[in-house]
Amino acid sequence: MTTPRTLFDKVWDAHVVAEEPERPAVLYVDLHLVHEVTSPQAFSGLRARGLGVRRPDLTLATMDHSTPTVKRSLQMADPEAQAQLRTLIDNCHEFRIPLYEVGSDRNGIVHVIGPELGRTQPGMTIVCGDSHTSTHGAFGALAFGIGTSEVEHVLATQCLLQRKPKSYEVRFDGRPGPGVTAKDLILALIAKIGTGGGTGHVMEYTGEAVRALDMEGRMTVCNMSIEAGARAGMIAPDDTTYQYLAGREFAPEGRELEVAMAHWRQLPTDEGASYDRTVTVDVGAVEPMITWGTNPGMGIPITAPVPEAPNGAYDKALSYMQLESGKPLLGKEVDVVFVGSCTNSRIGDLRMAASVLRGRKVKDGVRMLVVPGSHHIKKEAEAEGLHEVFLAAGAEWREPGCSMCIAMNGDQLSPGQVAVSTSNRNFEGRQGKGGRTFLASPLTAAACAVTGEVTDPRTLEVR
Amino acid sequence: MPQKITAIESRLVRLPVADVDTDQIIPARYLKVTSKDGLRECLFADWRQDPDFVLNRPEAEGAHVLVAGDNFGCGSSREHAPWALVSWGFRAVVSTSFADIFRNNALKNGLLPVVAPEDAHRELMESDRAATVTIDLRSQTLTTPSGRLVEFPVDSFARHCLLEGIDELGYLLSFEERIEAHEEARS
Repeated sequence: MTTPRTLFDKVWDAHVVAEEPERPAVLYVDLHLVHEVTSPQAFSGLRARGLGVRRPDLTLATMDHSTPTVKRSLQMADPEAQAQLRTLIDNCHEFRIPLYEVGSDRNGIVHVIGPELGRTQPGMTIVCGDSHTSTHGAFGALAFGIGTSEVEHVLATQCLLQRKPKSYEVRFDGRPGPGVTAKDLILALIAKIGTGGGTGHVMEYTGEAVRALDMEGRMTVCNMSIEAGARAGMIAPDDTTYQYLAGREFAPEGRELEVAMAHWRQLPTDEGASYDRTVTVDVGAVEPMITWGTNPGMGIPITAPVPEAPNGAYDKALSYMQLESGKPLLGKEVDVVFVGSCTNSRIGDLRMAASVLRGRKVKDGVRMLVVPGSHHIKKEAEAEGLHEVFLAAGAEWREPGCSMCIAMNGDQLSPGQVAVSTSNRNFEGRQGKGGRTFLASPLTAAACAVTGEVTDPRTLEVR
Repeated sequence: MPQKITAIESRLVRLPVADVDTDQIIPARYLKVTSKDGLRECLFADWRQDPDFVLNRPEAEGAHVLVAGDNFGCGSSREHAPWALVSWGFRAVVSTSFADIFRNNALKNGLLPVVAPEDAHRELMESDRAATVTIDLRSQTLTTPSGRLVEFPVDSFARHCLLEGIDELGYLLSFEERIEAHEEARS
């Protein structure tokens, strides 16, 4: 009888090329995603050594971080960003890597287009020089962020040197109440275990509430695994996964699909397999969440007061955010609302935001940006008329990209501004130097845009 | 190719902040570069606006060891963070824990992430400005200013690479035949 294995064990085992005593495993990579910011030095390294790209066919490049979210993005970028984007074009051309540059129908945020094109599939190993690569774990892939040195390693050998992380089961038991989305579940988890709570581990999300999520919600959850410090987050594939993949451009079809399905169905964690750690979240008790501080672990139910730390551990964050312990966040004035990023820029996220904005206006003096994750999503949203809802409400409907999540493409906060954002990081200055960020779901963000202050989305009727 | 590391003896730069994320180490607006050079001035760029920030104090000049709070290097995978720390002159960071990606990135750039026990870490954080530490990678020990010797863990392969100046990509390339065999078995 074989030892019961977890989903993570199975994907890991299937990709170990070699494992010498005392040495890290040589782990094969099935899909390597590349973007402009973390790749130039890796390509320079290859060139300096006279190496080529081993598997351009397993490599896929896009532009997203430094691209302005306006038409003619490449021409509108600042000179430094333009040079970086041109470098990516040249590198992809020289090494024959498919590149979906701005303007291409397939362009978009790297963690949005991989799944959308059907390149992300169950059981794969997927890496990218980007910590939110954990997103792809929603499909039962082992997906994690790497540094630029490792990008060079994968370009040259299609492999990485890795020690096997520990496993961590995160059970979301029960059913969410009204106004509680995938974003609230993951923010509740990170608030519970802290921003370093998952360090050294690969999480597997299980439980009734995870099964009930659609693929977009699952991607939102896995996306923020890194914000709990985890190496990766995974969700076992099921019919929801297979239905999402069906008919996507690069997803298998016909006989190939039958073979793939036979493999995919073997992936879920075996009965009796054990994890190194387990935590349970009672989903019925989760409220819409919002962060008050300067890391994603500083989250609270939106109706709760800003917390107190007896040892002054929150002083730095409170001072930066200009908040006081014990006071409510509800009612706090907001300058900017951002709906977008690899966490929450998919069609379901846009539908959520639109459900609140339909027939309402963004409060005077509030700037709201809605930034679809890809061209495909933009088209889909426009076909449904969502853009008309946003524009009629007074929000900006922009071109795809990372936008205000990262403040390196022109979309950013001014010093002192307060944003409610559907992105993943509330670090000091993350959305612009001196800017202050409250992370929340698309529902909550849209509700805040309407009232101009931090608002419980359950108090606004959905239309 | 990273610089070989054996032993480091240095004064300390103390940053008593937990969860220092890589966006603080180097803000995203400095990531529009295509080389690893010239990042010295971007290190902690926003925090350095404060004239009292540790890197602005005279004792930071010539120090090679940064002591910071728990979970150092969390957040973004940007390798620009260790590049910027190294270009400033840091050769080791001492904390009570490190984020996974930062630790990997640091080790590939000759920047040693040293996980110290809490009491030793506290001693470093509270030591006076002239105090020095010695970090010996071969024996995996850190000597505190009071002369206490504490051991720290390092991945055995990373340690081997740092001590010998071995490059990980060279090691990976030596697996070519087995990589090919793996590809054939899967196709």
